[in-house]
Amino acid sequence: MSMSVSTPVEVSTEVQGSIEEAFHVFTQDMGSWWPADHHILQAELAEMVFEPRVGGRIIDKGVDGSECPWARVLVYDPPNQLVFSWDITLTWQVETDPSHSSEVDVRFTSVAADRTRVDLVHRNIERHGDGWEQMRGAVDSPEGWTVGLGRFARRVATGSADTPE
Amino acid sequence: METNGQAIGVLGDPTRRAIFELLSERPSSVGDLAALVPVSRPAVSQHLKVMKDAGLLMDERDGTRRIYRLDPDGVAEMRAYVDRFWNLAMAGFERRMEQRREETK
Repeated sequence: MSMSVSTPVEVSTEVQGSIEEAFHVFTQDMGSWWPADHHILQAELAEMVFEPRVGGRIIDKGVDGSECPWARVLVYDPPNQLVFSWDITLTWQVETDPSHSSEVDVRFTSVAADRTRVDLVHRNIERHGDGWEQMRGAVDSPEGWTVGLGRFARRVATGSADTPE
Repeated sequence: METNGQAIGVLGDPTRRAIFELLSERPSSVGDLAALVPVSRPAVSQHLKVMKDAGLLMDERDGTRRIYRLDPDGVAEMRAYVDRFWNLAMAGFERRMEQRREETK
């Protein structure tokens, strides 16, 4: 059993545009709005590819040809709902064990012809389990996510571990 | 950042990472863990002490056993981190949708 102390992260907003436009931009045009510094690749990002079907993936592609699939599409119901797995470990590697992945559920609701409500829930965060301690520095880091975690990864890699004795 | 560095260093050890993963699945005693990782019981105890000192674990007495579990404060930190990320991402999404509106005017 996972710990039950975790509650989902919920974020809601309203955007300009029809529900079809909102769903399209959220999925097919993900690279246009995704926070630029928040990518898993070592190389500079060339594009984000969203494969629009259940079982499809979300892939970061680097300018050097590197690819990183970091999500699996679990529900694809345009223009109403999208669910994808979050296959990124807290040490900023691809998570290969699905039981350690969390899940992002995004629902789109039309509030007017050109206005859409978006409700996003990121749940099962506690499944990431091991390594969340490493996020503390990232939260506090003014440089944000990538820089913070890159620094931690280097620290782990260089073995500056405190060892018993 | 001192304690962060320490915690990360602590998880750089593969045995401790294995113990940490096991504890993420269920709270366990030293004996439970020693049966599942390829090191001696005293070594498991030593690893648990290091991890506890780094703020990764909590323990409590259950009869004659001591049960170790992950510190739930860690989960709260993680949640705050994910929350911050999505607020940033959704703001980007809003801006992009507004931009498109401007472009099509």
